Amino acid sequence: MTTTLTPPAAPAPAPVAASTVPAVPVRLRTPIVLAVLTLLTAVMAWATRPGHSTVRISTDADSIQIAPLAIPGPPAAWVLTVGVAVAAGLAFWYALGRRKVPTWLVGLAGLFAFLTVLVLISSGKSQVVPITGLLFGTLFLATPLVFGALSGVVCERVGIVNIAIEAQLLFGAFAAAVVASVAGSSYWGLIAAPLAGVAVAALLAWFSITYQVNQIIVGVVLNVLVVGLTGFLFSTVLRETPGLNDPMRLPVLPIPLLSEIPVIGPVLFRQNLLVYLMYAIVIGLQVMIFRSRWGLRLRAVGEHPKAADTVGIDVIRTRWRNTLLGGAIAGLGGAFFTVASNLAFGKEMTAGKGFIALAAMILGRWSPKGAVAAALLFGLAGQMQGLMSTLQVPVPSQFLAMIPYIVTIFAVAGFAGKVRAPAAEGIPYVK
Amino acid sequence: MTTTPSSPGAAPEGEPLGPEPVSDSPLAGGSQPEAPQQTRTESFLHQVMSSSWVLTLGAVVLAILLGAVLIVATDAEVQATASYFFARPSDFFAAAWRAASEAYIALFQGAIYDSNATSFVRAIRPITETLTIATPLILAGLSIGLGFRAGLFNIGGQGQVILGAIGATWLGFALHLPVGLHLLVALLGAAAGGAIWAGIAGVLKARTGAHEVIVTIMLNNIAGFFVLWLVYTKYFASKTPGVSKPIQSTAMLPKLLPDPFRLHLGFVLALAIAVGVWWLMERSSLGFKLRAVGSNARAARTAGISVAAMTVAAMAISGALSGLAGGTLVLGTEGKLSAAVVGSIGFDAITVALLGRSKPLGTVLAGLLFGALAAGGRLMQTRTGTPLDLVLVLQSFIVLFIAAPPLVRSIFRLPAPGSGKRPTRAKQATVPTEQAGAAA
Repeated sequence: MTTTLTPPAAPAPAPVAASTVPAVPVRLRTPIVLAVLTLLTAVMAWATRPGHSTVRISTDADSIQIAPLAIPGPPAAWVLTVGVAVAAGLAFWYALGRRKVPTWLVGLAGLFAFLTVLVLISSGKSQVVPITGLLFGTLFLATPLVFGALSGVVCERVGIVNIAIEAQLLFGAFAAAVVASVAGSSYWGLIAAPLAGVAVAALLAWFSITYQVNQIIVGVVLNVLVVGLTGFLFSTVLRETPGLNDPMRLPVLPIPLLSEIPVIGPVLFRQNLLVYLMYAIVIGLQVMIFRSRWGLRLRAVGEHPKAADTVGIDVIRTRWRNTLLGGAIAGLGGAFFTVASNLAFGKEMTAGKGFIALAAMILGRWSPKGAVAAALLFGLAGQMQGLMSTLQVPVPSQFLAMIPYIVTIFAVAGFAGKVRAPAAEGIPYVK
Repeated sequence: MTTTPSSPGAAPEGEPLGPEPVSDSPLAGGSQPEAPQQTRTESFLHQVMSSSWVLTLGAVVLAILLGAVLIVATDAEVQATASYFFARPSDFFAAAWRAASEAYIALFQGAIYDSNATSFVRAIRPITETLTIATPLILAGLSIGLGFRAGLFNIGGQGQVILGAIGATWLGFALHLPVGLHLLVALLGAAAGGAIWAGIAGVLKARTGAHEVIVTIMLNNIAGFFVLWLVYTKYFASKTPGVSKPIQSTAMLPKLLPDPFRLHLGFVLALAIAVGVWWLMERSSLGFKLRAVGSNARAARTAGISVAAMTVAAMAISGALSGLAGGTLVLGTEGKLSAAVVGSIGFDAITVALLGRSKPLGTVLAGLLFGALAAGGRLMQTRTGTPLDLVLVLQSFIVLFIAAPPLVRSIFRLPAPGSGKRPTRAKQATVPTEQAGAAA
């Protein structure tokens, strides 16, 4: 409701209008954050060891090979620092003009700061920073998070808190592994996984919509149930019967031409079907939630179910259907852990990814676009752990692993702008 | 600002804030559909059958039946007999009965009394194991239950238990104090660790409105990584990788029974704290305020209660209890800290609190039940090969059924509380939290 949106009111101190039009306060939070970031970047640039950072852009599979670049460390870091400083200056200019600081500016400053970190940790070292590999790994780690977060977006937009994302991912992973093994084709796994997610979502919907049990309780319990159930079946049926749980692989389908673009090609267009499906779902949801009749109804039910009911939208049915849809999306994401990773099913193999997905959804402010950005950020944090250990940076990997969670806490505490959940979220609808 | 303490369209929040209503839903603080006419014709039997105890029993029975289905369906022998089911169905039923009953008998023997044991000590060891395992579950369950009644969803038991274990271990090996005092200090350290960790979520909720569910889930993960890092630091690490220095014997909780038994004073402490929590919530003015905020934050604010202060207080007390749970783990049984010590106590505690309906007595009983399931599950796994995961399935089924009283009632054809004619799909307890999601 009250976003940082500022009306284009004239800042001129017109003495007559001043009493009637309330003065719009100058919001300096974002510029100050960027100024602090500038300082941090400067410190990092100052601490950068003399030498070169070697960056490799091409992968071995590329047809166009680009030789590894040797970038002089300290100068590069200082250039990037100047970049962040300029962004901070622009942000002050926007803010003092009582305008909203554009998101791209913040993103750009973040990118510069991140690159400075890369320079800082790699400068003067013999190890190569594989940029393409880093980005590919980021997308790889982000894939289940994107699916989970999108599931959360759909469910929460319709007013159902989906804490059971973890359960849906896990059950999807389980079903994908088993069905793909039995059918002998990993594609069958992609069909089974969403159905498994729907099964979990159906329980969520049944208890929380039909029986109006608290949604968070149901979600928490479903997580335990699916861990127990898949663990039980894993230790009994899957272990005793061979051929039920084999590592299956989704073939990589390079898109002709596009996959030959340096950096972008190998990262985005040399992927398996699951990732391509993810692109489609992200774009589809982003458009549909905000531009279609279905999306309007979805949001109406999540924001003000009574009003939606008044205009003839069946609240209960809308909630049921979209909770199932959300379950299908998360279940499909579960296939990532088994068939898309060439792994057999293992106990609790989702390892809390569902909760990070939940965090990504919140950080992305309940929009598909934002959820993807947050998931990629978390994926990058995961990749940085690996890179830092290769570069022998003396920072414990556990602290890097904490970053997504700390960022999320800051986000929900409102340090990163206002985050607002759908208004009717978590409240059962009683006619 | 957009929060509504109760669900829209629910029954008017007309109940007094005094004694807790006998709610049949897992979360107290809900509005019970008022019986329009509690006539004399309503028999004693009707009252018994509609009570929450029968409902709990029904949920447990249902869960056990569903668990049996799972055991039977995955049993190799049963599958063999199923192939000629129509030729000789009796074989199938005999095999099915044997599979299920063997597993459950082993579960019982591992939890209460092992009649197959060779010696008396071994025979009664299971019950003491149950009590030992139940100790942290009771404490953490009390913690979550207290949060529920104050209207807070403390999903962060796990993180608070971890911080409690860290606090207890640190003070346990670092200090050199006389016997009783050292234990006391270590326990206080455990409580403080949990209280601080939960307090973060409480302060953020009170000051910025950050939803405690999200914050505590995140804090759980942060705590998990923190302990993973901590046990490898020079200060904590022992010669065994991933395990801390041993806690000094002066800080350990004394054993209640001689050596083969693990039962320690922590169990008595847990019972005492349960009584303390009962007193706090039912008899003290702080407890009254906490419950008032949990029942209806707006009304409480109007009555002059500081909702923010109560939120922080509830989280801190809740965290202290969870921290103590972690303390009893390391000070009672383990004697040292490792990342695996905590297990999933914090999450189990949520189900314990739900099963115990957030009341101290109920939580103690639920903790004992879950302790029994955990202790029995181990024996079941070794004796019959039924995986321990069955226990998780049983636990989650029990809680699911308890959370949906109309479901269990319709299955067992139990009457609803209040008027027998009233449809069972009535208003249930509303969300204890004002609202899920991060309302800024």
